[in-house]
Amino acid sequence: MQPSSRRPAGSPDIDHRPRGGVDRASRPPLYGKGLRALSISTVAAMALALGLVFFYAPLEAEQGFLQKIFYVHVPLAIVALCGFVLGGLLAIQHLRTRDPRWDMRSYVTIHMSLIFALGALITGSIWAKGSWGHWWVWSEPTLVSFLIVFLLYATYQPLRFAIEDPERQARYASVFAITAAAFVPMNFIAVRLSTAYLHPRVLGSTSNLPASMAFTFLVSLLAMALLFATLCKYELTAKHTRAQVRALRRRLIGEAPSTRGAGRRSAAPTLHHATTMSARSAGTPGL
Amino acid sequence: MSAQARERPSSRAAPADAANPPQPRMLPVVGALLRKELLVELRTLESVPAMSLFAVTTFVVFHFALNRNSVEGDLAAGILWVTLLFAAILGINRLFVADADQGGFDGFLLAPVDRSAMLVAKALTLLAYLVVLELIAVPAFALLLLGPPLGQALPDLLGVLALGDLGVAAIGTLVAALAVRTRARDLLGPLLGLPLLVPIVIGGARATSPLFAGGHATAPAARWLLTLGLYDLVFGLIAYALFDFLLED
Repeated sequence: MQPSSRRPAGSPDIDHRPRGGVDRASRPPLYGKGLRALSISTVAAMALALGLVFFYAPLEAEQGFLQKIFYVHVPLAIVALCGFVLGGLLAIQHLRTRDPRWDMRSYVTIHMSLIFALGALITGSIWAKGSWGHWWVWSEPTLVSFLIVFLLYATYQPLRFAIEDPERQARYASVFAITAAAFVPMNFIAVRLSTAYLHPRVLGSTSNLPASMAFTFLVSLLAMALLFATLCKYELTAKHTRAQVRALRRRLIGEAPSTRGAGRRSAAPTLHHATTMSARSAGTPGL
Repeated sequence: MSAQARERPSSRAAPADAANPPQPRMLPVVGALLRKELLVELRTLESVPAMSLFAVTTFVVFHFALNRNSVEGDLAAGILWVTLLFAAILGINRLFVADADQGGFDGFLLAPVDRSAMLVAKALTLLAYLVVLELIAVPAFALLLLGPPLGQALPDLLGVLALGDLGVAAIGTLVAALAVRTRARDLLGPLLGLPLLVPIVIGGARATSPLFAGGHATAPAARWLLTLGLYDLVFGLIAYALFDFLLED
């Protein structure tokens, strides 16, 4: 996780007021800055990781080729969990600054983590079927806790969707994100305690792996983290750009309310410039 | 609190700005709120009777669904905890409804008191509900379904239940406050609450099952009590830290 690289476009994003009263024909902010470099490095890292997985990492003695799914499944799961926790940290930042852009970042992070978590559940299920003969194994604590975390985060979007007022939606979503982020480690402790270790733990620490496997795993993890960062940045860029286009169109037409999207409820936060402006003045120190 | 009072002067005691009177202490406020809650519950009898009746009915349902006349061990612990959990969900769903629908939130926000007082009072209310629920449900369970006699396991059981109740009260209050002012509150409350309560079920059921073992009841393992206690502590603190943000409008 490199949180600094995920911050959309660094300083222009922080400082620029997209539709302030001061209209001095400044250049519009470039939200997609750095996106190309990030995308290229993601593709390169992914290619490298896949190459290592298929041509460099040795076949595992017991499971053979099936074990290769380890290099997809575990990074997916780790990145998803880190993303959930990161979403909680961004939500803390949102509650402290009341800046809707932090809520947007938190939303995008959790949204993307949910997709990654679904991927981790599916690949984990495939792996369980292949190695243990069952699609679902209750004795694997990581898988079970992952399912519980997934079920909890699956309510994130319904919660947002059920609140109309955007400001309150953001605030409640942040409260949920922080609670859920604290729940992630607690839940893992509880579920792990409850499970007797019936199966040998393939996915323990990397220390018991041979060096070539550990190296491949680390590269895969890095590639997955880069993929996560890139996808988040794409989504953020799209949302910022859409907000900017809407603001520009509104300025062209005049103060007429936008024809589409105004009355439509949505689980995703939308950046309205009124809220962007007003939220900056408010600030509470501490939680 | 004072920072938030400064931030929203319109809603909170604007004329008192110059004098800046000292806020009432927390305990009397919590006491007043708690008295109000219990009085309302005593007069309307809205939550606790429904929860208790639900629990007893669920035992009957379990009797027929499992086709068992008596249960013990893991199964007994699981039935007891699932029943208590679902009965608690009923109470959690109702916890803030009157405040949201009939202006209780507005009245509370107009008062110059610490907003965490509401969390504490509501959590204590829920705790009281749960205690009354268990006073009815546990004897009913022992009577209807439980195979081995409860006798000497009772003190341990009470301890485990108390630890579980604390966690349910903290999480339940937070979840209820989160869900009550959404459109689908009856739906969202259980959806949000159940995953968060899973670790309590794990700890509670695992700690309870040796107590219900046929023949030789043994004391619950310390690690489950520790898990429950830790979970209660963490989520109590989280609820305390976050509750203010749910009450801002």
